[in-house]
Amino acid sequence: MAPGDDLRALYQQIILDHTRHPRNQGRLEGPDCYHARGHNPACGDEVEVWVKFGPQGQIEHIRFEGQGCAISQASASLMTLKLQGATPTAARALLADFHALISGQGQVQNEEALGELRALEGVQKFPQRLRCATLAWKAAEQLLPQAQLPAT
Amino acid sequence: MPDLSHLRADFPILHQQVSGHPLVYLDSAASSQKPRQVIDALVRYYERDNANVHRGLHELSNRATEQFEAVRGKVARLLNAESPDEIIFNRGTTEGINLVSQLWANHFLRPGDVILTTGMEHHSNLVPWQIAASRSGAIVKYVPVLEDGTLDLPALQALLHEGPVKLLSCVHVSNSLGTINPVADICAWARARGITTLVDGAQAVGHLPVDVRAIGCDFYVFSGHKICAPTGIGVLYGRRSVLATLPPWHGGGEMIDSVTLEGSTYKDAPARFEAGTPDIAGVIGLGAAIDYLEAIGIDTIHQHGRQLIHTTLEKLAEVPGLRVLGPPLPAERATLAAFTLTGTHPHDLVEYANTQGIALRGGHHCTQPLMRRFQVPGTSRASFYFYNTHAEVDRLVQVLHQAVKFFS
Repeated sequence: MAPGDDLRALYQQIILDHTRHPRNQGRLEGPDCYHARGHNPACGDEVEVWVKFGPQGQIEHIRFEGQGCAISQASASLMTLKLQGATPTAARALLADFHALISGQGQVQNEEALGELRALEGVQKFPQRLRCATLAWKAAEQLLPQAQLPAT
Repeated sequence: MPDLSHLRADFPILHQQVSGHPLVYLDSAASSQKPRQVIDALVRYYERDNANVHRGLHELSNRATEQFEAVRGKVARLLNAESPDEIIFNRGTTEGINLVSQLWANHFLRPGDVILTTGMEHHSNLVPWQIAASRSGAIVKYVPVLEDGTLDLPALQALLHEGPVKLLSCVHVSNSLGTINPVADICAWARARGITTLVDGAQAVGHLPVDVRAIGCDFYVFSGHKICAPTGIGVLYGRRSVLATLPPWHGGGEMIDSVTLEGSTYKDAPARFEAGTPDIAGVIGLGAAIDYLEAIGIDTIHQHGRQLIHTTLEKLAEVPGLRVLGPPLPAERATLAAFTLTGTHPHDLVEYANTQGIALRGGHHCTQPLMRRFQVPGTSRASFYFYNTHAEVDRLVQVLHQAVKFFS
């Protein structure tokens, strides 16, 4: 018996591809680089995010390292692609839309901006995996206030 | 292998569909299912006999007390304790360990004393000792776990000789590896040096014969819910002579001898450690569970489990990329198999299995130091009880093969 449609929707090829070949993996070092860690004590999933902000406060570089399930790691990888170059305002808007997409709660404001993140929409049917999908995003969110600081 | 499949009829919960498939429940190491006989005992108690124990003179209280105390005797026989007075009812394994660790931290441990435990303990036999150490200035040391999932016994013996070890606490059967530790030997070595011993029997009782006098431990703990009894009821066995040296833990009703405004005197064990109204229904349910298991026979359950896990391990070896943790065959193992699958995280695998009606557990199994020891983020675990069948093992293996294809 084949796995159901829900499962196929949760583990789309693009998700499995990002799990196997994560983009922007690694760390950033330097004076303007900031780092945050997301950890899920219930399951042990972990994602660390590094961000370097540009002079205008935009996310100039973003990297991550982590270990955990396919959903948490693919979500982190996809996030780095979407946040590269984003201003803190745009990043917050995307974060809110992403949460609306995967939780099924609230309205997505900018459908177009979500792009490949739509692959994670299947999480809606698996509410216990919401925390996996948002782990990296919560870590990145912690770093956004740092963009207000003048780069030295 | 003894055919126990007829017993499945006693478990209403097993006869249901999950995700459109017949439920295959392989998470009994986390919590076992309950037979109709136990559920009925709870209903019968609440419908007929419910009253507080030990203090009433009326008919219902007498009935409740009689049934409640009868279970103490059943547990004593199950563990081969010397006396029912050595059986203390509590909420479970975790509470039993906390009782001992807190009394020890407050009254017996001195700065520099060593508490010896192992690298394969559940957090419940690890964190309480860390707390006891931080309160008393004692130090916790850990017996290393070898690559094959067994304890480094020479290292254990060396640690016993090394420092002022006051207490040794060790798991009987590992919930993450399936290792059955030689607790009788370990307790004998400790006892020869005057060291108090506690054995965590959460995964052992109800699966294999347990004889606390043959083991020679001072304390033995287990939880009812893992042996077909309700959640919230557990047992601390304490050797009578050791219990006699312990001050009370919780203060309250039931545990006192006499109370004045100037001070109080306390009853002896077990009442001394059972302040407040106990989980009467839970205890009666535990008694029904013990009756049920003994009617099958603990030896029969043990034999069934051994053969089921043997077959399971043989079949799991055929799944590509699958690695089972713990002692390899033909070692004696508990009826659980924890494994990793190359390239697939345990949570993804467990999610997949769930959509096929199979209940597995995935993650660190409350043994994070052990996961670090084996450099895995977690494992997937199939754990069995006597109501599981060969057909269910086949179904598990079939779904694992499917999962390998799905995630590759």
